[in-house]
Amino acid sequence: MSLKNSRNSVGIRPPAFRRNIFRLKSPAWFAIAGALAAASATPLLVIMSYLFSPQQEIWSHLTENVLGGLIFNTAVLLACILPLTAIAGVGLGWLTGACDFPGRKFFSWALVLPFAIPPYVFAFVYLGIFDFTGPVQSLIRNIFPSAEFIDIRNGFGVSTILSLAFYPYVYLMSRSAFMTQGRTALEAARTLGHSPAKAFFKVALPMARPFIAAGLVLVCMETLADFGAVSIFNYDTFTTAIYKAWFGMFSLASAAQLSSVLGIIVLVALVTEQKMRSRMRFTEAGRPNNTERLKLSGPWKWVAFSSCALMFFLAFALPCFKLIMWGLESIDSDLSRYLEYGLNTFLLGLVGATLTIAAALALAFVKRNDAGPLMNWATRLATLGYALPGTVLAVGIFIPAAWLDNTVVGGLKELGFNATPFIQGSLGLMIAAYCIRFLAAGFGSVDSAIQRITPSIGEAARTLGATGTALLGRIYIPMLRKGLLTGAILVLVDIMKEMPITLMMRPFGWDTLAVKIYEYTSEGEWELAATPAVALILVGLIPVLLLTKQMDK
Amino acid sequence: MKKLITLTITAIMVAVWSASAFAADVVVYSARKEHLIKPLFDAYTAETGVKVKYITGKAGALLERIKAEGANTSADLFITVDAGNLWHAAEEGILAPINSDILEKNVPSHLRDPQNRWVGLSVRARTIVYNKEKVSPEELSTYEALGEAKWNKRLLLRTSKKVYNQSLVASIIADKGEAETEKIVKSWVANLSVAPFSSDTKALEAVAAGVGDVAVVNTYYFGRLLKKNPALPLDIFWPNQKTSGVHMNVSGAGVTANAKNKKEAVKLLEWLSSDKAQGKFASLNMEYPVNPEVKPDPIVEAWGEFKGNPMNVSKYGEYQAEAIKLMDRAGYK
Repeated sequence: MSLKNSRNSVGIRPPAFRRNIFRLKSPAWFAIAGALAAASATPLLVIMSYLFSPQQEIWSHLTENVLGGLIFNTAVLLACILPLTAIAGVGLGWLTGACDFPGRKFFSWALVLPFAIPPYVFAFVYLGIFDFTGPVQSLIRNIFPSAEFIDIRNGFGVSTILSLAFYPYVYLMSRSAFMTQGRTALEAARTLGHSPAKAFFKVALPMARPFIAAGLVLVCMETLADFGAVSIFNYDTFTTAIYKAWFGMFSLASAAQLSSVLGIIVLVALVTEQKMRSRMRFTEAGRPNNTERLKLSGPWKWVAFSSCALMFFLAFALPCFKLIMWGLESIDSDLSRYLEYGLNTFLLGLVGATLTIAAALALAFVKRNDAGPLMNWATRLATLGYALPGTVLAVGIFIPAAWLDNTVVGGLKELGFNATPFIQGSLGLMIAAYCIRFLAAGFGSVDSAIQRITPSIGEAARTLGATGTALLGRIYIPMLRKGLLTGAILVLVDIMKEMPITLMMRPFGWDTLAVKIYEYTSEGEWELAATPAVALILVGLIPVLLLTKQMDK
Repeated sequence: MKKLITLTITAIMVAVWSASAFAADVVVYSARKEHLIKPLFDAYTAETGVKVKYITGKAGALLERIKAEGANTSADLFITVDAGNLWHAAEEGILAPINSDILEKNVPSHLRDPQNRWVGLSVRARTIVYNKEKVSPEELSTYEALGEAKWNKRLLLRTSKKVYNQSLVASIIADKGEAETEKIVKSWVANLSVAPFSSDTKALEAVAAGVGDVAVVNTYYFGRLLKKNPALPLDIFWPNQKTSGVHMNVSGAGVTANAKNKKEAVKLLEWLSSDKAQGKFASLNMEYPVNPEVKPDPIVEAWGEFKGNPMNVSKYGEYQAEAIKLMDRAGYK
């Protein structure tokens, strides 16, 4: 059995005994996890502390005139995006991960490529193609002069475009789940007389659930935190309201209050998701075997081919083509600058991703060893930063950092030293901010992968004398390689696409491609933004391709 | 584990190193975009040898950063767009008053803070642009009149989240009071042809395509668009010539209260207001110079003379929060 119900297994392996076997000797691990959780939770707590300086007048205005619409709009986004990305991500992941059809090899990596395109780039490209003056509507009006103007700037338009940007999260996770699933379970289902479809729904899909859920949680958080795409569509969500309260009404307190509401929504979502799968334990059964793919026959192989081709066209080929056309129109004479921005972007991503994955691994490892309620809450808090709009998170990080700096510098000055602040405006702080923001992205895939290592492996290693770091270094990490790599590359690409934190916290001279894109798009100069956008996609393709190569090994 | 420790140490060392690289001749935090400000800094460095270090970002975020950095801020000069943002920065106490005869001479008083904590550096006129094929200029008169029934389903606006529209509404509140302004904004919303746009350029393109007939935009967006596509059937109209005058906003700057290089910052500011820099500053983005001695770019000049609203631009800041609430109530997205 690959899927164990822990309630059923109680008789075989009492929980108390099991936990005992797994208990780590060194309390250092708990200290590490605690420190990580505390560091990640700090900005959130700083933001929430504004709840105690209420701005009654603005808050009552917001609740009376704004909040209802925001909740509705945000709910529409989630209600459309989650099913869309789930269907696209799981469906395509199943096709390329477990089936065989013409073009599978190409699509299995090509369908990851859209991950390199940031959602705000999707938004302005698609608006450029489909809005009133874009080529599509112009063509329609040329053929039918009396045609009505079609406005795509609504909840469904935004949802469709964000789904194109976010489906790779689910696709990556579910594909790697389907690929590493033992064939035996599926074959057993087939020999028991299940049709391929039934085997998929009864066996493969439930086995992949922690992965799919992890992907969907990321999609949910990305949706809630998105600012760029929704503002290009002028579609009001919590994020846009937070920005308005802060930058328009100059009330960081109201902005923080709105953020806290957002934080609470995400906590509820996380708890629900974990409750839903808390009764199951997922373990890998049998050896992954890529040679025995499900051969699709007759019309089905063409259905598979065309769904993959359609997604590839919409989510990658079309936007890239449009960007290149724009880029050629407005080509910059000074292209060498983009080399520097590209290098900055990549370096930040690399360092940030390494640190984030190290943190995610430590957290997931400790959680695995003691899945008590305390650790659960610690990990939830630690991964919440992903759902907060980047700028709000940045402020939550900046305020305590500046305070620490000023305290240290003030103290040193009193002692007669001439000190300068070293935390604020430093590269280190910005990278820490990335880690806090994207810990969830790394944690999701590391944690799902850890859940699939059977307890017996740990027990066996333990009886052979491997404990603590040896257990981690010699048993877990090699077994987790794929999960770690997936997580690292998710984070790497996420950091490279990240805009608000970079804008707010970058030290002098550390401009990135995302910063350049912001400078042009915020002035409505989409054609000029195309060149840095193409550069960003090119830089992003390197890790994405590495990822797919690794996954197929 | 070793790797992790090495990485952490490296990160800390890099952080310390990058912080120690702070010393510069003038440090600017700018909400004005790099491509609209860098050429001026380069020119200033070439002329005086003084180096200008800068970062760009969103006005509110930069402001919050300066506040959090407190006495240890590295910012000497804060450059931002919109008078409301400048007013707010001054209210937050991050800007220090400057006594400079040069600035007083170069910048008219209504484009400066009454307490000299900031000065305007370029003027941005927010005006009406119409489709020449569908509208004759005689039909147009004022911003307020865009709410009349004849503009039903013909008006296009940018989002109320953009500070330029917030300042426009704030100036009407300062002029006419809240109740009257709310009626005007509601009448605009009722006349909208489609939902508000995220950028002036998109609104202009929609006017050209015939989605609507008139839009309220900053003149430089009009200039930029026509530069790219001179065939568009768009023209500029100067409203409120018999009443309050065209709505004028500024981009501007102030010296921070905790500036390390205060003298240098004031010098840079004075230079930016001088006739040498003003022409370039304004023409980079097809704006109007604040310095009355300096002529605008020929393209800008061709749009003709107009009467601007003489209201002190700091009023926009005072009424900005009021304006946002009012637009929310009026259903202006």
